[in-house]
Amino acid sequence: MLDRMQDKTLLKVELLNKNFGGVAAIVRVSFSLQEGELLGIIGPNGSGKTTLVNLLTGFVKPDSGKVIYQGRDITGKMPYKIAELGIARTFQMVKPFYQLSAFKNLIIPLYSSRVKKLKGGKYGDRDDVAIDLLEDVGFERDSFVPYKVSSSLPHGYLKRLELARCLALRPDLLILDELFSGMSMSEVASTLPIIERLNSEGLSIIMVEHRLKELFRIAHRVIALNFGSKIADGPPRDMMESEAVKAAYLGSEEEG
Amino acid sequence: MKFRRERLDRGIKARCEDIFALSSYREMLYLSLPRVLPVLILLILPLLKGVIGLYWEKVLMITCTIALLALSWDLMASVGLISLGQALFFGAGAYITGFLNHAFKLPPIVTIPLGTLGGAFFCTLLLLPVLRLRGVYFAIVTLTLPLLLARFIETTKILGGTEGMSALSPLPNIWVEMYVPVFAMLICLFGFRRLINEDYGLVLQGIRDNDRAVMSGAINIYSFKAQAVFIAGVAGAFAGAFMTHYNQVVGMAAFAMDYSILPLTAAVLGGVGTFAGPTIGAFILIPLSEVLRAVGTLRVVFYSAILIICVVGLPEGVFHYLRRKYHQLERMVDVG
Repeated sequence: MLDRMQDKTLLKVELLNKNFGGVAAIVRVSFSLQEGELLGIIGPNGSGKTTLVNLLTGFVKPDSGKVIYQGRDITGKMPYKIAELGIARTFQMVKPFYQLSAFKNLIIPLYSSRVKKLKGGKYGDRDDVAIDLLEDVGFERDSFVPYKVSSSLPHGYLKRLELARCLALRPDLLILDELFSGMSMSEVASTLPIIERLNSEGLSIIMVEHRLKELFRIAHRVIALNFGSKIADGPPRDMMESEAVKAAYLGSEEEG
Repeated sequence: MKFRRERLDRGIKARCEDIFALSSYREMLYLSLPRVLPVLILLILPLLKGVIGLYWEKVLMITCTIALLALSWDLMASVGLISLGQALFFGAGAYITGFLNHAFKLPPIVTIPLGTLGGAFFCTLLLLPVLRLRGVYFAIVTLTLPLLLARFIETTKILGGTEGMSALSPLPNIWVEMYVPVFAMLICLFGFRRLINEDYGLVLQGIRDNDRAVMSGAINIYSFKAQAVFIAGVAGAFAGAFMTHYNQVVGMAAFAMDYSILPLTAAVLGGVGTFAGPTIGAFILIPLSEVLRAVGTLRVVFYSAILIICVVGLPEGVFHYLRRKYHQLERMVDVG
């Protein structure tokens, strides 16, 4: 029983610490993620959510602590090595390859050795795969949108392009850093089912999100951060009632 | 009879950039002329040496080598590596070629390829530790490296010291002297243009636009940057290797600032990021500087003034301007 439980652990974070010049960004954060789980990470501004994502994906090296992914230690590895192992991430600030058309943006991850390996050496035409991927995230296939220069696309499309860029890697773990920020209500409404579908197909997802209502609807479990520390961990409905979470968002009486 | 103006490319332009629907030889000519005509002119010019004179043939050859350096600069810029030291490539290629010929008496047919590849390899190794740097930080390092190597040769007196190595083998004949740089430049120009639009080139462009996104796409950006530096190094080192045998001497001048600044100015004047732009830039700058010899000591003043006017007037670069104007050409059509 215990063995089977351990087998299903995809990611295990142990006592992660990170200081930026004396400011504690992440303090002794530990958690684990089961395969197929959709984990939400919430917290007020500056609580260390994005730093945690950067630590997991190698863009920032931790001062201490461990990140174990699929049973191997990936702490402090280079970002491209971590991506090669199947952890794909979106960036909070979308910055596509502006001079390339939308579908050409996806050629870049499709060129990686990970995709080559998964496809057994031959890939066929990357352009076709790119168009398919864009269709998956809700680009209209027969329109001009996939062929447009990405600098001319509206923000909602750029966010979904960012999602498609991750899916191109055929990841085992998808980390979304505030995917919904800056999206309109209707854009969120059309993106939410895409994430639910990916998760139901077996993809493990970590979602850092400020839109709690939408997140709580699809997340299996939620972690709350405040001042870099984990203050709550549990199913979404517990978050609504947790005093610690309420205090973090609204400020508690003791702190004044 | 009524007439209406119509753009020449009206019938062939699809809604997507760079895709055309051609249905006649005239339309094909419209698209191929700007590419074919300059190539034909370049191939014919050396044949006219009786008409234009050996002096201008030599100018053509030097222009081609500077164009090679400008192309190599533009390739590095395509990966986001702004270089202020193309002289590093030129000098490395020149010295390796010169040394092989001077010490081992190898013929140019062996020394030039070895100097080209060796120079590119040496420069890539030298730049490997600084590929992590971006923008102005990388630029400063490239600026200092050729100066450093020149002083190193001067003080240690290796490779001929300040005098350099002279009495090197000449090139076999005048046709080799004139056609080799022309062909090398054309191969680099069209090869680089092709390369940058391949999937491989898209990765390079991606690194320039947003290297973090490329990294998170499981791509080792430092390996790609190193490959780009090597390819750019081949173009630059070849220019140096060739000039060594043309001049039959190699000295510290191979690391001169000219070889860093001229390619950069050519690229800025012609239009960065297009490869055709830097080539056109070189074909404006070098002949212009020769024409201005007639005005004597004021040459640099005129030269600089023309350069400033061009850069201020056409900040996008000559090539972008010409391309836009060409696509805006109109004809009169009978609508009555």
